[in-house]
Amino acid sequence: MTSRIRLGIALAAIAALGLLALGCGGAGTGGGGNSSGELVIGEYGSLTGGEATFGGSTRDGVALALAELTAQKQGKIGGLNVRVVVEDDQSKPEEAATAVQKLINQDRVIAVVGEVASSRSLAAAPICQQNNVPMISPSSTNPKVTQVGDYIFRMCFLDDFQGRCMAKFAAQNLHLKKVAILTDKRNDYSVGLTQYFGEAFKSMGGTIVVEQNYSSGDQDFRAQLTSIKSKNPEGIYIPGYYTEVGLIGRQARELGIKVPLLGGDGWESEQLLQIGGVDLNNSYYTNHWALDAPDPKLQSFLKAYRDKYGKDPDAIAGLAYDAANVLFQSMEHLAESDAKTFAGLGSKGGATDRKDAAKKLRDLIATTTNFPGVTGNITLDENRNASKPAVVIAVKDGKKTYAATMNP
Amino acid sequence: MSEFLQQLVNGITWGSVYALIALGYTMVYGILRLINFAHGDVYMLGAFFGLFAARALGASEHPSALSALLVLLAAMAGCGLVGIVIERAAYKPVRRSSRLSALITAIGVSLLLENGGILIFGPDPKFFPQIIRSRQIDLGAGVTISNQQILILVVSLALMIALRFIVLKTRVGKAMRAVSHNHTAAALMGISVDQIITFTFMIGSMLAAAAGVLVALQNPKIDPLMGIMPGLKAFVAAVLGGIGNIPGAVIGGLVMGIAEVMVVGYVSPAYRDAIAFVLLIVILLVRPAGLFGKAVAEKV
Repeated sequence: MTSRIRLGIALAAIAALGLLALGCGGAGTGGGGNSSGELVIGEYGSLTGGEATFGGSTRDGVALALAELTAQKQGKIGGLNVRVVVEDDQSKPEEAATAVQKLINQDRVIAVVGEVASSRSLAAAPICQQNNVPMISPSSTNPKVTQVGDYIFRMCFLDDFQGRCMAKFAAQNLHLKKVAILTDKRNDYSVGLTQYFGEAFKSMGGTIVVEQNYSSGDQDFRAQLTSIKSKNPEGIYIPGYYTEVGLIGRQARELGIKVPLLGGDGWESEQLLQIGGVDLNNSYYTNHWALDAPDPKLQSFLKAYRDKYGKDPDAIAGLAYDAANVLFQSMEHLAESDAKTFAGLGSKGGATDRKDAAKKLRDLIATTTNFPGVTGNITLDENRNASKPAVVIAVKDGKKTYAATMNP
Repeated sequence: MSEFLQQLVNGITWGSVYALIALGYTMVYGILRLINFAHGDVYMLGAFFGLFAARALGASEHPSALSALLVLLAAMAGCGLVGIVIERAAYKPVRRSSRLSALITAIGVSLLLENGGILIFGPDPKFFPQIIRSRQIDLGAGVTISNQQILILVVSLALMIALRFIVLKTRVGKAMRAVSHNHTAAALMGISVDQIITFTFMIGSMLAAAAGVLVALQNPKIDPLMGIMPGLKAFVAAVLGGIGNIPGAVIGGLVMGIAEVMVVGYVSPAYRDAIAFVLLIVILLVRPAGLFGKAVAEKV
């Protein structure tokens, strides 16, 4: 009997604590500054899971942009405080949709930054479009992402361009004739790149000798690699993400495959070489930047990033930094040109005011021209895509080095 | 031809990992009639214990056979302990309940280990240090094998022989066989049934740990959910060989590994995971007792 009473007391205590927490939360959101509240920006990304460095880099890039805004303008735009809310999607598309729902409905964000992986951007984009919340994907390269609607933007080049660049590099710089492709078939990004690379490479007179595939999360790729090896390709295009690419590189070299491995910007992570090591030597991938480019904007960003985080940024971080700054700039333009509408963006604005303001903000983002980003000058075209050159990175002696620049 | 032989080599090394995990399933089933669904997660813990041991020993800076052996033994010891704790804390209290309760408990333990792993180790993949440098060895006719693959084969084989020796030639093994026949009769003969069951769990968990370390050596990306698929497939391997039958588990594991690699190599990688369950359905339809199992009439 006593134990049952004790259980009852414990349950009651838990319930009381829960109510207390809820009460505090309510009071907390209610007590925000001046009449228009604050400017809340949402960011969602894969902080955990298979592509954890993608989400981490995005978060760090956005945080650095916010830190600079704080240093230069006390973190205010148009007199309102800017706050960034970060949500983790665990590297899963379905969680990306949930995260964005929460950002829009609970945190009342005015704009969203994210994601890196195209399949997750594609899961979240329809929700942003429906709710008229502008979404800027820093680095989703699949063309379908911005086709979702007119509130969806991106800061990077597209996969058809990226695939074509690598095909050109393989055919003209490396003089390859026969290439095999190994696709992650569960991944929109990888499937898209396979198609674009294949078409471009064939149009340049090359042949795709064999197409093999795997599923994200696989550990063993020897079976696929063995059948690729039997076709004697002169190179293998692997448009996947870094975790699997690292393992594929090791297993390919173990099976005695010595030809160059080629890839896309999904390789861009500090962990690529940790997992793949020297086995990734003689590999090339298309990327958004090369760290050793002599661009003063880039170099001052590098310094700030190294000072704050104690490591080198990857291109994902640079693109996120640019995405946040494009957003800040558009918000500032709105505050300067139309202060009345701008006030509607505040977290306390009414539903119609917010909708009008979001529409204006969208229009301003869409007209971004020659924005001096650290990943190159950003001009958004009528399809809300940035058109930028791609860089080819070579892995040599276990290090990434600049190999070539490919123009659109 | 050389492609086929290479695929065969790939399949046998991958299969020997399944065999090591399947042995744990089969031993526990043989003695308790319990399918220990947490077994795949013990395999995951083995890889993580290996990671911690390798970090503690600084084995990645000084790769040597000795440090690799120490890492393997540390992981096996850690998982042996975990096996004992799981048995005492989770399974022993429900041993006299229905078999369904035990099965549900096993699923519960599995979820606990997976989500506990996410909580403690973090959900993102970890990089397993290179405690043995990879080298490839040419077998002729275009077939290559890496020294790590050879290591997997040799260690698996050695452990299987050791297990066979324990079960057939030692007093504990004799007791294990007695307990697997009949708990009450074994207890009447003066065998401490509880101790034998705990011992069985320990051995099974140690084998899973060895498999975890061997796989992590070769594919150095480990995460808390890595045990789910191999665990399920090893379970199928155990059923394939006849659950409860030790040589059956080894053969079942090898068949599974080879079947998987051949399907990926010659049919389509899309069926990699499907083939295991196709095999399971076929064996349940054609020969429910498994390749080496004896059909036993259930007493009603």
